[in-house]
This record gives sequence, C-alpha cells and structure tokens, in this order.
Amino acid sequence: MANFYSDNKDLKFHLDHPLMKKIVQLKERDFAENDSCDYAFLDFEDAMDSYDKVLEIVGDICGNIIAPNAESVDNEGPSLVDNEVKYARGTKENHEALTRAGLIGMSLPRKYGGLNFPMVPYVIAAEIVSRADAGFANIWGLQDCAETLYEFGSEEIKNEFLPRFNKGATAAMDLTEPDAGSDLQAVQLKATYDEKKDTWLLNGVKRFITNGDADISLVLARSEEGTMDGRGLSLFVYDRKDKALTVRRIENKLGIKGSPTCELVFKNAPAKLVGNRKFGLIKYVMALMNSARLGVAAQSVGISEAAYREALKYAEERSQFGKPVILFPAVYELLRNMEVKIRAVRSLLYETARFVDIYKNFISISEERKLDPEERNDQKKYQRLSDVFNPLLKLIASEYSNEIAYDALQVHGGAGFMKDFPVERIYRDARITSIYEGTSQLQVVAAIRGVTSGTYLGIIRDSYEKETFRPDLEYLKPNLVKMTDEFEKCVKLVTEAEDSEYLDFHSRRLVEMAGNIIMGYLLLKDAKRDESFLQTAAIFTGIAKSQNSERAEYIVNFNKKDLGIYKYNFEI
Amino acid sequence: MKGLKIIVLAKQVPDTRNVGRDAMKADGTVNRAALPAIFNPEDLNALELALRIKDNNPGTTITVLTMGPGRAAEIIREAMYRGADKGYVITDRKFAGSDTLATSYALALAVKKLAPFHIVIAGRQAIDGDTAQVGPQVAEKLGLPQITYAEEILSFRKEEITVKRRLERGVETVSAPMPLVITVHSSAPECRARHAKYTIKYKRARSLSELQDTSEDYLQLQKDRPYLVIQEWSVDDIGADVEQLGLSGSPTKVRKIENVVFAGRESRLLSSSDDDIEDLMKELITNHTVG
Repeated sequence: MANFYSDNKDLKFHLDHPLMKKIVQLKERDFAENDSCDYAFLDFEDAMDSYDKVLEIVGDICGNIIAPNAESVDNEGPSLVDNEVKYARGTKENHEALTRAGLIGMSLPRKYGGLNFPMVPYVIAAEIVSRADAGFANIWGLQDCAETLYEFGSEEIKNEFLPRFNKGATAAMDLTEPDAGSDLQAVQLKATYDEKKDTWLLNGVKRFITNGDADISLVLARSEEGTMDGRGLSLFVYDRKDKALTVRRIENKLGIKGSPTCELVFKNAPAKLVGNRKFGLIKYVMALMNSARLGVAAQSVGISEAAYREALKYAEERSQFGKPVILFPAVYELLRNMEVKIRAVRSLLYETARFVDIYKNFISISEERKLDPEERNDQKKYQRLSDVFNPLLKLIASEYSNEIAYDALQVHGGAGFMKDFPVERIYRDARITSIYEGTSQLQVVAAIRGVTSGTYLGIIRDSYEKETFRPDLEYLKPNLVKMTDEFEKCVKLVTEAEDSEYLDFHSRRLVEMAGNIIMGYLLLKDAKRDESFLQTAAIFTGIAKSQNSERAEYIVNFNKKDLGIYKYNFEI
Repeated sequence: MKGLKIIVLAKQVPDTRNVGRDAMKADGTVNRAALPAIFNPEDLNALELALRIKDNNPGTTITVLTMGPGRAAEIIREAMYRGADKGYVITDRKFAGSDTLATSYALALAVKKLAPFHIVIAGRQAIDGDTAQVGPQVAEKLGLPQITYAEEILSFRKEEITVKRRLERGVETVSAPMPLVITVHSSAPECRARHAKYTIKYKRARSLSELQDTSEDYLQLQKDRPYLVIQEWSVDDIGADVEQLGLSGSPTKVRKIENVVFAGRESRLLSSSDDDIEDLMKELITNHTVG
C-alpha cells in the first residue's frame, strides 16, 4: 500500500521543527478544548502525534486513490451538463474519499467541524495531494475559502457556511474577469443592494474561475457605484443553492485538466456581504491571496516531488550503452540537482508556513483578548516576515517546479514526450504554477519590498548568520556570508540611483539572490537536525554561489543608460 | 431504517501474502509470530458494508467482535478509526487451537450476549484458513438465516433486507428477514480510509492485556473517557463450555503439511500470435479459469 506521507521522511522532518512547540501552544490556546471535544488534543505530544496520524491518512488516500486516478482524470476532465459542472469520475471519487475521512476544512476550528490544524501540517497535506494530482489539489485546496470566511465573516455567515465544508462542500474564489486579471482593481461585476428583497444582487461576468460551479463561492464585486479602483470593491459569498449563475463554458487547458476552469455569468444572484464594504480587495482578497500563494507553493513542491520520482525511477530502469542511464554524469547531475532544489525550496516552504502560523494565531488570539507587548511584537515581526517570504517562496517554488518537470521529462528522453509516462502530464501541470495567483513577475513586485526595506537582509544577518552550525559545515558559512556581502553591494548600487524603472529592471535578480542565500542557510540549519542535509547544503551552496555571482556581475556591469536599448517605442 | 444494531465479526490474520520460510510451525499450525498481523481483507469489506448502512441509517451502531490474542485489539481500533462504535476481544488461553467449529461456537455465544441485534456481518473467509465456514456456522448455531457472498446491500424494507450476491457466474438478488448473518465477498467495495477525527479520538483505546504489556499509563484516561476501553471477554464471560473449545472442541486435525513447488513441466510456452492467444483463452473459459 503506497503512502505519500510516510514514503517521504522529509515531511515528518519539517513537521517536527522545534518552532512547532510555540505554534501548537498558540493554536490550541493551552489545550483548553480537550474537556469539551473528544478529538481535541491533550498536550503538545498528543497534538504532534495526531498531525502525524492524520497525515498518514492523507498519504494513504493520495497513494492509493488520488494518484492512481490522475491519468484518467486528465483524460476525461470535467464536463458541462445542463449548466452544471460534472467532475470526472476519478475527481468525484477523490473528493468523496477525502470528505469521508474528514479531511476537508482541516484548519477550521473544531466548533465548525474542522480539525484546528495549524498551517504546517495543512501545507504538508497540500503538498502530498499535489504530488498525487496537481489538478485535483486545486479543488481540495479551495477549502482556503473557509479560512477567509472564518477570518472576516460575521457570526451569521460563519454559522451558515463553515460547518458545510467538513461535510464536503466545494468552494471557489471568483476574482478574475475578462479585463481584470493581474489588475484586480479593474473588477466590474456589479453588486447592488436590493431594498425590497433585503439582499445584495450580483450581475456580471467572471472568467478563468477554478471550480466555478462550487457549492460556496467568494465573489469580488463592485459595490460602490461610480468608483473605478480597488476601494470600490467588496467581497461576497454566493450559495450555489440559489441557482442564479450560468456556467458559460469550461476552458480547455494545457494542464491541470481535472480542475474545471469556468466562465460564469451572474444574473441577479443573491449574495451576502463578507466583512465590511470597500474592504474586499484591499484587505480580504489580499489575505486570501496570501494563503493561496502558500497553497500554490505547496502545489509546486508536490509537482516537483512527483516529477523527480518519475525521473529517478526511469533513470534506474532505462539502460543505454550497456548500463542504466542514472550512471552517466549528465543524467545523475540533473537528478541530484532536482533533489537539491526540492529540498531547498521545501525548507523555504515550511519556514514560511511557520511564520504565517505564528502571526495568524496572534491575530486570532487578539480577537479574544489583548495581546501583551511581547506578543504584539512577535505578531508584527512574523507578519512582516510572512509578507516578504510569501512572494519569494511562490516565485521560487513555481519556477523550480517548471525547471524540475522540464528536466524530469528530459531524463525520459523520447519516451517522456509520449503519453505513456506520467511525466508529460506532470510537465503540463507544472506550467500554471508560475502564472496563477500572481505571475512570477508580480511576485517579484511584492518581494522586492523585502529587498528595499532590508527585511531579507535583517533576518539573514541578525538571525541565520548568528547561528552556529555543525563544525563539518562551518566551511560553507563563509560562502553564504560572502554572498550576503555581494547581495548588499548590489542592493546598494541599484537603490542608490533612486530610479524606479532601474530598480524594477533588476528586481528579479535581487530577489532571487536573497532567495538563494536564505535557502542556503535553511539547509545548513536543517543539517543540524538531520545529517542527510549535509550534502544537500553543500551542493546547493555551490550552485547558489555561482548563480549569485552571475547576477551580481550583470548588475555591476550594467550601465543604467542601457535601459533604453531594451525598451520598445510603443505608443499607448 | 433507524437505529440498526450491527455486529461485525472480524479476524486478525497473518499476512499470507508475505509468506516466508518460518510461516508454519512443526505441528502444522500457522506461526503467527513470523508474519505481520493484518485486518482480514474480506472482513474489511464487511466493515465497509456496515459503515455504509450506518451512513444511510442514522442511529445505527456498529460493534466489532474478534477472537484472538490480546493484540487483536489492534483491529478493533482500526475499525473504530473508520467509524465502528466499539468492540470486544474474545481472548483466553483456553481458546488456543480452536478450529472453525470451536470458533463459531464461541463467537455465537458472544453474539448472543450482545442481543438484540439486526445484522451480523463478516468477511466470507479469512486468508489464513480460507475455509469460509465460520460465518455460516455462526448462523446455524444462532438459528438465523444467512446470506453468503454478499457484494452490496440493496435495500431495507421493514424487517427485511435485500442483498446482491456475487456468484461464480453471475449475481443473485436475495431477500431475508432480520436478524440474519451476512458474509461478504471481496468484490464488495474496498474499505474506506481512516477518519481523521475518529483516529484522533480512539488512538489511545486499549484492551486490558495491551495495557499490561506496555508502559503506557492510560488508566486514568480510560476512567475519564470510558470509550477508550476495549473490553475483553474470557471463556467465563461468554459462558462457554471448555470442552467445546480449543483442541478438544476441534474435530479438524492437520495430518500433514506439504510444500508444493510448481515444476517446470506444468508450464507451457506460447507464442504471441493471435491464434495461440485465442486457443488459450478458449481453454481457460472452458475450464472456468476465467469468465
């Protein structure tokens, strides 16, 4: 029996991080619930053991149901029948298996039927589901919408919608429109308040909506007539039971074909306002996007893991010139680099998940009682770190998953180009990760703030650099310190010019340099707890150092005046 | 139907899919210590059918009965992780060496102790003995109707249940009055995965002999949460006659164990031509190997 959790010991390694003690303590409010609820945890050890056991269930379902279904789901895809989205057979089976095992709404509080899981084990689950079938991971991952309703919805909305998740309700987040993609401020779908019916009514079109015909939809709409920007937008929740929505079509996509991407027409669709008017985009969607980005990062790592395993298996089985191809340097280097990248970005994934866990817990606690000054500082600190780690992570994880899927297919040679091996599906599935929930280019726009504000440098210098590492790895640290000096020099050079276009031009290079240094340190830290990270840290630092030198070289030798020769003379 | 009471008979078996050299003891009985212990596969199918009845009929309770050594409590926990309500381990040294007759005698007594009930459901057979006798014998001893080889529960009407049976060459739909005994075929749906909440809730459920064997200190916890106690029943608890148990109560005697190795002459070489394949298929269909 395959198990996608227990067959990958790195997952348990990240689950067992020392910071979990603090996270569990916060999340469980000192285990106050264990008298009233028979599946609440007794103490820290019980909580950790329960996460482990539940993840084993996720791993079981992923290995024995979802992964075996992935090929047929990719072939069959969803269909539109009588204005209803019908999932592929396998998709339906996957969803039912997870619902039956109580794995929808994992992070919701117990009073709404959830398991009260922190981000870390939830993200591990998301990674495993994505490894099994990245397209299905979208349908499962949209339970994030429950989190948004919980954080911002009224008591009435929470009581109405939240308990439905654990019973298997599906969700969608309806943001994009034909003329509002990356620029969500341009959303036009209209929300008007109908006094007679005493409800909000939605009218307009949404496009590229994942799982568009879901039971529960969060809809971004323009509630303030006459406004043109993001401040006129509010967030609404629409219930499928009202049947006021037409699914115009399901898109035919390159990858993640099991996940229905819909064009929707709302016609006088009744909906409830979530939170306050005008906060839709600037507050709620921003929060939603943050967890969605963490979700795409987990999805990317899951896809990478699947691709790497396929490549490794093939390289061991395939012989050419009288020996398995894994024995050729050109092939084993590809494979080893994939493994190293996965381990590096996975460490960044769970580091970010921990940051998110801590600050979100403090926000949630602050609604129950006043935080003391130390707690408030912690909240601010971790929120600041999350804000810059999240886009950095999404950028790197999604780009890596594309690179790793590309290389995994390459290892297969011509066979990889055929439909006979799963790697072609994985390759197609990877492609979306660097596009949706904000393209890589937009992640850089968010992450560059971490460069200019000094937040990345701060955590590198004040925290990571101050740690002592294993004596046999201390030799790697000077490399990372040198890389940090080099990074600092480049940042200074680019920011001193006080030219925003010049900064934009180099921002991806700067963000990626920071990412490499951070991942290098994270692997060194991991090696303290697990020896198998020794060689990973050594390989990664070697690659990262040469990549950063190349970027630094480019920045230092770049003449600001040369920006002009890149530009197009295009009149708006 | 509201509030059915279902008893699932389950067995912890050595995983005969992984048989090694030391699988048998010198006396011809199975060396249980050498093989990993698992939930008998068809008993899992039976549990799934019971759980589906519970899904569709609120108020239904599922009690799991197993006979075996103390560690058989493991399968009670596995059942509870999936939605069973409680379970009993029938365990006593005096049961050792019981064949199907003695086992069904003990199980029938334990089932009686749990009366009234609507359905007793079990796997068709266990992968260690492959007899398919225990379920039917329990039904006979209880004087209840039985439906064997069940694949699907089709409907309930008043006190009657309708079941689809999987037979060698087709299916058969039969109805019978409750209470009754049902044995389940492996073509029934596979058992669902563990449920997250039940797993967290019941992971510390232990039988008394398990607690004696380990250093886990769950006594206080069990006092606060009685659902964590997996009851054990001895010969006296079920009021059994010792003579009808164990080796003395078992007419089955293993005369000889033979190690069967397929010899090369039993194999045939075929080409991949369509004619050869068609001939083989015809032969296999005629002798009922397939179809």
